[in-house]
Amino acid sequence: MTTRFFGAPVRRNEDERLLAGRGQFVDDIRLPGMLHAAFVRSPYAHARLAGIDPSRARAHPGVAAVYTATDLGEYWRPGPLIVPPPPVAGSVFNERTQVPLVKDKARHVGEPVAMVVAESRYLAEDAAALVAVEWDPLPVAAALEQAARPDAPRVHDDVPGNVAAHVRQQKGDYAAAANRAHRIIRRRYRYDHGASMPMETRGVVADWDSAAARLSVWDTTQAPIAIRNGLAEMLGLSERQVRVVAPFIGGGFGPKIMLFYPDEVLVPWAAMRLGRPVKWIEDRAEHFFSTSHEREQIHDAEIAVDAEGRILGVRDVFLHDTGAYDPYGLTVPLNSQCTLLGPYHVPAYDSTFTAVFTNKTLVTPYRGAGRQHGVFVIERLLDAAAHDLGLDRAEIRRRNFIPPNAFPYHNEIIYQDFEPLSYDSGDYAPMLDKALDLVGYGRFVTEEQPALRAQGRHVGIGVVCYVEGTGIGPYEGAKVQVQTSGKVSVLTGIGTQGQGHFTAFAQVVADQLGVEIADVEVITGDTDQFYWGAGTFASRGAVVAGNAVHGAAAAVRAKALATAAKHFECAPEDLVIEDGKVSVAGVPDHAIRLGALAALANPMRGAVAPGTEPGLEAVSYFGPESGATAAGVHAMIVEVDPESMQIEIRKYVVVHDCGTMINPLIVEGQVLGGVAQGIGNAFYEKLAFDDQGQLLNATLADYLLPTALEVPHVELAHTVTPSPLNPLGIKGVGEAGAIPGGPLFAQAIEDALGLPARGIHLDEIPLSPCRVWELAATNAGTE
Amino acid sequence: MIGRVRVRVVVNGVRHEREVEPRLLLSDFIRHELGLTGTHVGCEHGVCGACTVQLDGEPIRSCLMFAAQADGAAIATVEGLAPAPGELAPLQAAFREAHGLQCGYCTPGILMTLDAFLKAHPHPDEADIRAALSGNLCRCTGYQHIVAAVLLATRRNA
Repeated sequence: MTTRFFGAPVRRNEDERLLAGRGQFVDDIRLPGMLHAAFVRSPYAHARLAGIDPSRARAHPGVAAVYTATDLGEYWRPGPLIVPPPPVAGSVFNERTQVPLVKDKARHVGEPVAMVVAESRYLAEDAAALVAVEWDPLPVAAALEQAARPDAPRVHDDVPGNVAAHVRQQKGDYAAAANRAHRIIRRRYRYDHGASMPMETRGVVADWDSAAARLSVWDTTQAPIAIRNGLAEMLGLSERQVRVVAPFIGGGFGPKIMLFYPDEVLVPWAAMRLGRPVKWIEDRAEHFFSTSHEREQIHDAEIAVDAEGRILGVRDVFLHDTGAYDPYGLTVPLNSQCTLLGPYHVPAYDSTFTAVFTNKTLVTPYRGAGRQHGVFVIERLLDAAAHDLGLDRAEIRRRNFIPPNAFPYHNEIIYQDFEPLSYDSGDYAPMLDKALDLVGYGRFVTEEQPALRAQGRHVGIGVVCYVEGTGIGPYEGAKVQVQTSGKVSVLTGIGTQGQGHFTAFAQVVADQLGVEIADVEVITGDTDQFYWGAGTFASRGAVVAGNAVHGAAAAVRAKALATAAKHFECAPEDLVIEDGKVSVAGVPDHAIRLGALAALANPMRGAVAPGTEPGLEAVSYFGPESGATAAGVHAMIVEVDPESMQIEIRKYVVVHDCGTMINPLIVEGQVLGGVAQGIGNAFYEKLAFDDQGQLLNATLADYLLPTALEVPHVELAHTVTPSPLNPLGIKGVGEAGAIPGGPLFAQAIEDALGLPARGIHLDEIPLSPCRVWELAATNAGTE
Repeated sequence: MIGRVRVRVVVNGVRHEREVEPRLLLSDFIRHELGLTGTHVGCEHGVCGACTVQLDGEPIRSCLMFAAQADGAAIATVEGLAPAPGELAPLQAAFREAHGLQCGYCTPGILMTLDAFLKAHPHPDEADIRAALSGNLCRCTGYQHIVAAVLLATRRNA
């Protein structure tokens, strides 16, 4: 098999449609007779619903229906628990999942209490303003630490202390490690809320065809198959009666997988009841309140080191804000707990977290999905240890790397896929060397920085390392089929939100079947096309679905060769498959096109031989035994204006290892996009809540996404350590770029301002010019 | 109750005339009245730039205007950029070449912004391009490949 396309920077198949404005997104679906939905939402973070009167709204011209919780009858029930708690002994988990419409009390601002369906969105919003809702405000559990107190207002009346979960995981003997330590360094770290803010908000369109008894749903989901299965169950339909399509999706980043959002439950139900298609498209304000957020955590962490800076152990106790409900289980805090261990040999680890319900929008994975928090803690602890011991920051990391001969490396604790945390492969020192070289670390520290300091300029450097568990199970599948036209179709169940699946999967197939990329049509996210699958999350699309595609393509190749061998009356080994045809080796005019082979394999007369199947088609599934561990190093040189605390990134370097790359151009795009989100997370983006649980900055003018002026040019390099866990040797890359921004900014800005020497540490994220100014102005004492 | 107003516009060279509510946003008019869904809506408060179209040659946010205000104007949307079906304009082709898009949702607005920018500034450097691009939010690419695409397009144009 030639590999013309695998590993090449192939231009994307999907781009032409998107560039011409012809990519179909959910809001582009237009159906005859379509109605439009709008929601009435709670203005309070915590309030009892004392009464609701939709009569004026119902009487409004153009209104088809107004639904409250009571109108839902038996259909009203809490949503499913998507991820159960991990099998960790002694764990506590209180399942409280979101509801379709508020029935008793609202638990966060923006929780829907009524749905209005009307002839246009404008009319639906007019009528929504006429729904009279009487609220009795309740005391609010807003700030994480306050919500965790035993006497805090209860988000769920039957859950004292708002404890959503409590999990302790241990490796080795931390107490013994601490006893032997040369130093123990303790710190408190805070990592505040952020939001994914895809440029396309969420949306759902549903159409019930009563004649065919079929429901069609277009949904901005990352997991269409799970939506189909859930809808069928909720609506009392067979899965075969429900088609869910995730067409082009304008960015996902995690929150578009939080099934089921109330709208995903209600819009299809309303379409069935009303006998007309219903569309709901979230507006940006709704997105701020109703699409899941991520990540406030507070860590009390300590690291025990020997005199050479080697880690003897880490202990961490943290609070995790899960928002008002916890349908996604403990994925985010488990990621934090596990990813803290990083690329380092940590012999003893004792980590305990408490997930806390608060009166805020629920928290589910967003790109990185809690990994950032763990990386922030370990990287900042290492910085503190390096400062304490007078060690170089890069050197302390190098000393603690897991050596290349230690793989597979077992970290013993349970990961988010409920398998013991294990790193399949890795080689970290070359990544660090490359990053230090690219950023000019040695020269900067010894020559440039002292010279700049002498000029009164504040320029600092940072270097941080991380691992990312990617490509977890359970499985994905793919069907590869040669059409009689010679075109090849590839069907998978995952959704796609810009990751280039239409191209990367085509590359895998094109090499196997000897066809051009443009002749491979990839269809994702349509449950009528492929039945099975889990979804696009956890940096797993290319790894899991990619390997399924590979398996199916290899099987089709074997079928094509067998069919051609029969046709030419030769052995399959004597055949060559290329340029869209199969030919006898050395006899190029003895050839048959793939499309003709597909027709031969599906005869209209005669018998298909026993044990064979018609057509050139195969289905394959791939389920990795555990996740593939990618890794990276980011380094940055930053100048800080000591008056305004505005920053200028002078250099940003990424060295990344995601194993074998299917398409380096797409990999680069994934990493660069991640870096931009990491920069936003580290320095610009903060969801600001007041003590009443009100979000104070719910516009894009106030919640600051980085623009082309804040995101610098990034130098990117790769090392390649293939994964032994899948035939293609690949590891996921979707989330990597976004993970280490926090500690990188904290370290580099600290260095620029010379803060550690003054005993001041930037131990929180996000930072901002204001916040850095406040922290730098404190008299934290001297060391 | 609410009256209707007449809107006459030329969009991508084609005349359209509609009676619409005065409050209808230009973005909704383009998308839902005319069915030109290549123009996307990202925030409806004028920050993200996804809905950018050209009004009499100037890039504007179609979510910040009423359709009624566009009466008599010539509008260009992303659907009008390519010279013919199945072809791409040089800027579009450069986006494909440089991987200047991922999910593609912000792309039409960015193309309409940059198309106008490049007409006024045919030879920009990277800093110019970043400044021109700074009113359009992209959550996928980190902008680097967009900048590369514009540089590629201007080199080819030189």
